[in-house]
Amino acid sequence: MPALPMLSRRRLLAAAGALLVATRVRAAAGRVLVLGGDLVEIAFALGAGGAVIATDETALWPPEAEALPKVGYLRQLSAEGILSLAPDLVLASPDAGPPAVMEQLRAAGLAVEVGPAGTGFAAVAPKISFVGKALGREAEAGALAARVAAEMAAVEAALAAVPDTPSVVFLISVGRGAPMAAGSGTAADAMIRLAHARNAVAGFEGYKPLSAEAAVGLAPDALLLPEHAVDAAGGAERALALSGLANTPAGREGRVVVMDGLKLLGFGPRTPAAVAELARALHPDAPLDL
Amino acid sequence: MRPAAAIAGFALAALALAVAGIALGPVPLGLGEVMAALGGTAEPRAQAIVAEIRAPRVALAAAVGGGLALSGTTLQGLLRNPLADPGLIGVTAGAALGAVASIVFADALLGTVPSVLRPWLLPAAAFAGAVATTALVFAIARRGGTTHAATLILAGVAINAIAFSVVGLMTYMSDDQELRDLTFWSMGGLGGATWRAAALATLCTLVAAAGLWRLARGLDLLQLGERAAWHAGLEVERVKRAAGLWSALAVGAGTAVAGPIGFIGLVAPHIARLCVGPSHRLVAPAAALIGAGLLLAADLGVRMIVPPAEPPVGLATSLIGGPFFLWLLLARMRRDA
Repeated sequence: MPALPMLSRRRLLAAAGALLVATRVRAAAGRVLVLGGDLVEIAFALGAGGAVIATDETALWPPEAEALPKVGYLRQLSAEGILSLAPDLVLASPDAGPPAVMEQLRAAGLAVEVGPAGTGFAAVAPKISFVGKALGREAEAGALAARVAAEMAAVEAALAAVPDTPSVVFLISVGRGAPMAAGSGTAADAMIRLAHARNAVAGFEGYKPLSAEAAVGLAPDALLLPEHAVDAAGGAERALALSGLANTPAGREGRVVVMDGLKLLGFGPRTPAAVAELARALHPDAPLDL
Repeated sequence: MRPAAAIAGFALAALALAVAGIALGPVPLGLGEVMAALGGTAEPRAQAIVAEIRAPRVALAAAVGGGLALSGTTLQGLLRNPLADPGLIGVTAGAALGAVASIVFADALLGTVPSVLRPWLLPAAAFAGAVATTALVFAIARRGGTTHAATLILAGVAINAIAFSVVGLMTYMSDDQELRDLTFWSMGGLGGATWRAAALATLCTLVAAAGLWRLARGLDLLQLGERAAWHAGLEVERVKRAAGLWSALAVGAGTAVAGPIGFIGLVAPHIARLCVGPSHRLVAPAAALIGAGLLLAADLGVRMIVPPAEPPVGLATSLIGGPFFLWLLLARMRRDA
């Protein structure tokens, strides 16, 4: 029967080829530079943290990643600085730049792979699959994406009966001039809506300074702040006083929600947990099974 | 110090800094590798680092630094004001206006621009803004056929204020991404230097330098006062217009590709005058070499100080140039005393 050995040989060849490709990918991922806090978080969640040799200033989680060398700020990278680390592979968020520097890296023969663009929860799965593919951990990536999707579905199911009542103002900074509030189209706006609440600042897009009068006019039920803004202001109460929201329902009842900025806005594997945390804080009376 | 010796010294220093800029960087390369890369025979990584990253950067730094210094020299001579710098006649404000507009209105503009030209949208807008603003300042200051130096300065201050308030308005309108892009542009930097940008800046600086060189004698005469210069046969108005045009060309091109870089245009002419005396034939080349050297040194500094990251070069120009200028000034005062 000559057909059978032929077939098995072909299979063998195919398997060997696949193995070769797999080992090449693994070998190429020996020293990886990851640019973008969300991608770094995913790389560590996939168990590939050992291959990450450096990150940029936006990588604040997990603590092992924060301790790695930093190549500067994501949008202001230096080509030669990155080359001096001799990475085998650069995984970059689409925000990484300036574009001329990314071109210089490619011209110097570096393998640069740019992650998927997009914001919101819909971008999480493509980001996980991108990192998994680039680091040769597709099976882990599939499992992580499935886990995150399941967690998100559970959070959404628990929130299904909760009305979108409380109106929320998210301020990215307070106490340095007018506070900067998140309008529509921001990551904070998406998170507030995922947690079944309303963004009180719907009048503009992106981050804009919020005047004291406008803040009072919005009459938010709660104030949402990232940790770094609260630390800079010297505590949640000080932050509330500085924000000009003391005379709103949020201020009178002292409803200030403080969350880790990257966890809240990063749209990565921790997003379902962040939505759950935010929802628990915004709906204290709802019987949430989270 | 004899002027010729001083200029030779500045030339040597600028040359040494240029060589250092090519030989040194966060990636340690041996001298052999650098030489091989300059000959085009190094391995691809070293080749790319030396020929595509360091060399265009050094060329751009020299051109931009030299252009800023030349323009500062001309304007200080023209306005007889030691505090004049290229920012005063609106070059920097105009470039910022053009650059920020091209960032904020990118979405609307990109549809009308063919994709090959898109990377050049920002530099082109910055350059157009620089030249247009300077022309506006000169047009405002020109009354009855004469341009008053004092009016020129005041018009420059007013136009600067208007331009930067429009920049502020556009900053307010911008979204996160645009905000970050324009913040980093406004810090200035040579990191994105390409051969094309370097060649463009060098060409503009050389053309402007040739034009300004021919004004040197006129600027010397102007130091006696405009009336005296006119009586000595100088076409004062022509000198003013030419000085404005060439300054805008040199600084506009540099700012368009490297962002606004302060301090050099102000301080390089003073260092030059302290060392070679007041004649513009000597001050201009000395200032150009000092400006080029200062920016080369500052750029080398930011590349080496905290690798693999890189702070903006504008911080380093004042940090290196400021103390150097102060030291020179104090040394001169002590010697004169």
